[in-house]
Amino acid sequence: MTDDKTDDKSDKNESARPAEERNLEAAKDKTGTGTGVEQAAPEQSPENVPAPTGEVRAVGVRHGMFGTSGTGDTSGYGGLVSAKVFPTPTQKPYGGWFDEVSDALEARLGSTDLTSAIESVVVHRGEITFHVRREDLPFVAQMLRDDEALRFEFCSGVSGVHYPDDAGRELHAVYHFTSMTHNRRIRVEVSVPDSDPHVPSLVSIYPTLDWHERETYDMFGLIFDGHPALTRVLMPDDWPGHPQRKDYPLGGIPVEYKGGSIPPPDQRRSYN
Amino acid sequence: MTTEQDFYAAPGDTSQGKVFTVTGQDWDSITQSIGESAEERVVVNMGPQHPSTHGVLRLILELEGETVTEARCGIGYLHTGIEKNMEYRSWVQGVTFCTRMDYLSPFYNEATYVLGVERLLDIEDDIPEKAQVMRVLLMELNRISSHLVAIATGGMEIGALTVMTIGFRERELVLDLFELITGLRMNHGFIRPGGVAQDLPPGALDEIRDFIVLMKKRLPEYAALCNANPIFKGRLEGVGHLDLAGCMALGLTGPVLRSTGYAWDLRKTQPYSGYEDYDFEVQTWDTSDSYGRFRIRLDEMWESLKIVEQAVDRLAGLEGAPVMVGDKKIAWPSQLAIGSDGMGNSLDHIRHIMGESMEALIHHFKLVTEGFRVPAGQAYVPIESPRGELGAHVVSDGGTRPFRAHFRDPSFTNLQATSVMSEGGMVADVIVAIASIDPVMGGVDR
Repeated sequence: MTDDKTDDKSDKNESARPAEERNLEAAKDKTGTGTGVEQAAPEQSPENVPAPTGEVRAVGVRHGMFGTSGTGDTSGYGGLVSAKVFPTPTQKPYGGWFDEVSDALEARLGSTDLTSAIESVVVHRGEITFHVRREDLPFVAQMLRDDEALRFEFCSGVSGVHYPDDAGRELHAVYHFTSMTHNRRIRVEVSVPDSDPHVPSLVSIYPTLDWHERETYDMFGLIFDGHPALTRVLMPDDWPGHPQRKDYPLGGIPVEYKGGSIPPPDQRRSYN
Repeated sequence: MTTEQDFYAAPGDTSQGKVFTVTGQDWDSITQSIGESAEERVVVNMGPQHPSTHGVLRLILELEGETVTEARCGIGYLHTGIEKNMEYRSWVQGVTFCTRMDYLSPFYNEATYVLGVERLLDIEDDIPEKAQVMRVLLMELNRISSHLVAIATGGMEIGALTVMTIGFRERELVLDLFELITGLRMNHGFIRPGGVAQDLPPGALDEIRDFIVLMKKRLPEYAALCNANPIFKGRLEGVGHLDLAGCMALGLTGPVLRSTGYAWDLRKTQPYSGYEDYDFEVQTWDTSDSYGRFRIRLDEMWESLKIVEQAVDRLAGLEGAPVMVGDKKIAWPSQLAIGSDGMGNSLDHIRHIMGESMEALIHHFKLVTEGFRVPAGQAYVPIESPRGELGAHVVSDGGTRPFRAHFRDPSFTNLQATSVMSEGGMVADVIVAIASIDPVMGGVDR
């Protein structure tokens, strides 16, 4: 994607990196209290004070470095607490054709007073992600497909992602749309809470999503309301649970070899 | 042949009439027992173990006489949880898993995953030229071998056994090249984040040049055997029809989309790995049917040969150039070499880390056991696989393992078109329609 690469550069110019680092600090303050080892406050010189940031998307914290607990770790690294922070929302201008798409989308949304349908926009690594409110997803998708300035006539499918520590937004449905007319690609993301895993189905707009939504339901338990026949597609019909969720174990048994025993992958010591 | 003897479905299990199990016994007894019932409408369960369903695909066909009134697919018989497994391995180990998905085009699975990881690492511009050219070379050789299997198995399924035998004959030559370059015939795990696993072995370019010469002699055989063959055309022409609007709605890509005359090929429209530097044409056909898809695959093999030729010429001038990114925090530290007992760890590298440099040993150990961290975010870099748009949605939470890797496999998506391609046609045409989609169940079920 040639034009993406140029956008990537402009993205870097907006000092995305320092923003991430700043957010890391902020998120540590937010999530790390009480959980980590008591640490002395950093020196409050001007350069060490975290800059005020916008919305921080920390999806959990990472403890330690070696994935072990209960051992005599004297290195001190075991007490390390760091936030898992995803790229923060980007402010306009996004650069390149991103602005054209975003403006066209907002213009159409503005005329139907759904201006808040788009929660945030993230530009990262030359890719643009629109976080869309779930109740407005069908309308946004219909517009993406039909509006002349947008014309995202091709949907690559939906992929589920489970963020167990992202409270209230545990399950994400991620769609990739391609405009073959304009040769553009965008990502649309919908977040829903685990307690209410309902997402409107887009099968009536993009029939290709039939199996994709079934797979996402199968693997994550996301319920696509309005899907013509939301059944499992890869796992057997009577399978309990949704295997790709983070709370679903990988499974496996220890393997014995020459007197040694190797635990299954999800129980081995790991670097998180 | 009565329901009492049938252990697949006991009499109480079905409310929809008699169940017949056909597993290769005397056909007369079956037709006689079917003839006794007055019902014309038959539901046939074909597969998942059937020589003509292109893998472990289960077809549920509702027939009236020989006409298919409804066709549905049952998939999932080859689900292996590769995506889940990848979440429990390091970023580099992920390659070893995803290469096993679509087993006829392993390099594409590796490439799309690796391109996504490289985008998240922000090292897309740092990949050495030689690694890029080697990726293109391997992918295009892989396209040839994959299309050969598509044509071969498609031929076999309609009874053209010679197409099958010559298809596999040529595929073997490609697999020999893969074995020479990567050490394995399939499941290579060769394209790694940052480059490729190792340099070309001595003599590889000569072997590939010999292969190109031979292929240019062999490829016309397929054309001579099939292109104007009246039986072949009779079976394929007008079968499995799907127009551009249908392809768009159902998300079909690859040869099926190009058989509608639309020249959409990601290598041209959204080039990756330096495809913009190669001279090749996007092949299309305008009949929207199985015959067009066959001709496109045949023509694409010629185009792939053209690209392979150009890649070989470029590689000849890149001898000794690096094949892995310069960043030592990402580049795989281990080196392989041919020893007296075959391919193994490079003795020079072992000597270096074990005898000369403590730091090199620590570095090797840390990178191999822990791996590198990938900045949090998500990426999707689709590529043009032999079957269409193959993309990996790669999500990182900043750790040493993929937080989520989802593969948008073209076989999975394209197989949804089975119903629209085959309903209203004959049973025998279902086989042709599916063969023209060329689904690989390893990729469908993952």
